[in-house]
Amino acid sequence: MKRPILAGALLPLLFAGAAAAADTINAAGASFPAPIYQKWFEEYKAKAGVAINYQGNGSSAGIKLLTDGTVDFAASDVPMTDEQIKAVKIKPLHFPTVLGAVVLTYNIPGVAAGLKLSGDTIANIYLGTTTRWNDPKIAADNAGVKLPATDIVVVHRSDGSGTSGIFTDYLSKVSPVWQKKVGAGNSVQWPAGLGGAQNAGVAGLVKQTPGAIGYVELIYALQNKMSFADVKNANGKFVTPGFDSVTAAAAAMTKEIPDDFRVSIANGPGDKTYPISSFTWLLIPSQIADANKKKAITGFLTWMLADGQKDAQGLSYAPLPAAVVAKEKKQIATIK
Amino acid sequence: MASTAAAQPGLTKPGNNSLARRLRGGDEVAWLITLLFATSVLAVTALLIGELWLGSAASREKFGFAFLSSTMWNPVTDEFGAYPFLYGTVVTSVVALVISVPIGVGAAIYLSELAGGKWSDALTFLVELLASVPSVIYGLLAIFTIVPMMREFIGPALKSSFGFLPLFQGPVYGVGYLTASLVLAIMIFPYIISVSREALMSVPREQREAALALGATKWESTWQIVVPYARLGIIGSIFLAFARALGETMAVTMVIGNDNNIHTSLLSPGNTIPAILASEFNEASGTYHPAALIELAFVLFMLTLILNGCARLLILVTTSKGSARA
Repeated sequence: MKRPILAGALLPLLFAGAAAAADTINAAGASFPAPIYQKWFEEYKAKAGVAINYQGNGSSAGIKLLTDGTVDFAASDVPMTDEQIKAVKIKPLHFPTVLGAVVLTYNIPGVAAGLKLSGDTIANIYLGTTTRWNDPKIAADNAGVKLPATDIVVVHRSDGSGTSGIFTDYLSKVSPVWQKKVGAGNSVQWPAGLGGAQNAGVAGLVKQTPGAIGYVELIYALQNKMSFADVKNANGKFVTPGFDSVTAAAAAMTKEIPDDFRVSIANGPGDKTYPISSFTWLLIPSQIADANKKKAITGFLTWMLADGQKDAQGLSYAPLPAAVVAKEKKQIATIK
Repeated sequence: MASTAAAQPGLTKPGNNSLARRLRGGDEVAWLITLLFATSVLAVTALLIGELWLGSAASREKFGFAFLSSTMWNPVTDEFGAYPFLYGTVVTSVVALVISVPIGVGAAIYLSELAGGKWSDALTFLVELLASVPSVIYGLLAIFTIVPMMREFIGPALKSSFGFLPLFQGPVYGVGYLTASLVLAIMIFPYIISVSREALMSVPREQREAALALGATKWESTWQIVVPYARLGIIGSIFLAFARALGETMAVTMVIGNDNNIHTSLLSPGNTIPAILASEFNEASGTYHPAALIELAFVLFMLTLILNGCARLLILVTTSKGSARA
């Protein structure tokens, strides 16, 4: 969209004041990694004296602002499409920063923890074709767990979100029916269920509604001590989501990661892989005319890949595997 | 302007009407400044319509009038239709009115006609307080009280007693059209009370006295004389409340269930135009998704415009002898 209507019209006004005051770098985009970005930018300011403003107003909003040239760089939970890249004047490069995962949280009367789900089952539940918790398909994966005959209440995100993007991308990979009927995207036409705003809305509906299942970010589930399901990966193993299994998902894909880092690691190989995992990216212009800004941004990227990664787990994000870090360092050198 | 000058011929000497001279008299300056402020209303309206019209161009060209009747809302395949949202908006607002109009008008009659001075003042203060509570607070209140009540008691009770009607069938989630309507009803009834009370209070004393003098009881005078006399204000308050219900965003988003499919049952989840705008605008990408959302905003704008027209028409039709004129 060329004409920025709401966010596009207001944000430049906000930024204009800041940009004029000092040599500030402005960035905007994904809300999911916003907490760690804020911390990184703060630490980097203390270390290198460069201030970077970050607005966590959503991946699509970030891409829009980058396309309009309003921000110096952007951040997104889903890689840009070829079309989106073409629309930007200076070609942006993708830099993975941390890993995130989407987990399934549930409220089944009598089942406090330990639910196991396979990809096909999750797709059928979200398609509205599996409607009861004691369905034989769910029971087959949960030997020894007494599942009630309660109706399944499906809960999804009502707002457009990278979390939905990651989740629907996974469902499209594990279920041909899902791919054909619904597809992947930050907002999709959900065949069934209730919508909740943000992670908190989904979590609230699940907590309140007996028989509900919903998906939230791993970080959110950990911070709120919610129970979540083990998911069967491509190798047929049930894996509990956590930092190790999410980093493992990226490590197992290292060889397949293309040079531009635009890759989905959903349903990837590896025994330890948690299958609903994803990178989140910074979108950095491949040419930065202002020498000071170039120095600051490349300096930040180098620092983020070394010291910054150590902050990740403290804030509940999974750090990048070493092989990806090495590959990204090479890409930093290509920024002109 | 001409009338201003004509009305005060003494202020301007004949033949000396240069602008500077005319501006020296404060009237002209005040006239210019207030005119400027008044035209800002026009400017904002024009800007709003223009922006909505231009922003929705891609969507209007692609979908045409089928946009209004299509039930598709698929950002992946870029197919959009307004019907589920239009339906949800109108249904929740109408049901909210059905609940709140009797309560609101009844309370207004009590406050203006029957209650004693201090008691009436105290209640009126509370009503105005309720009207100024931010909607997100009502939304939270609804999530923590109305939603569980709906799921545990109201929903099952409606199902068991009116379950033969398609309006009260299907699973009860707690969130849905009826929950949204209840929240809206709570939010709009202070408006109805406040404005209706003003209208009832402004009925001339003579009207009441005449009725009483003719032997009417207190209630007959209220119901047959005072209320019909104030009906313009009461209808106005209802339409004001309706417009507010149509546009309410936060509280509805929190309890409607945000399901983009149409359901007949009031117990089912649905969606409204303001709710989907709040949910999806920020992350809408591509050409058609944002355009379709802006077209939805345009549809909502037209809906309120038509509603205002209907209100005028209704007032025109029902204005008769013995009632205050607009």
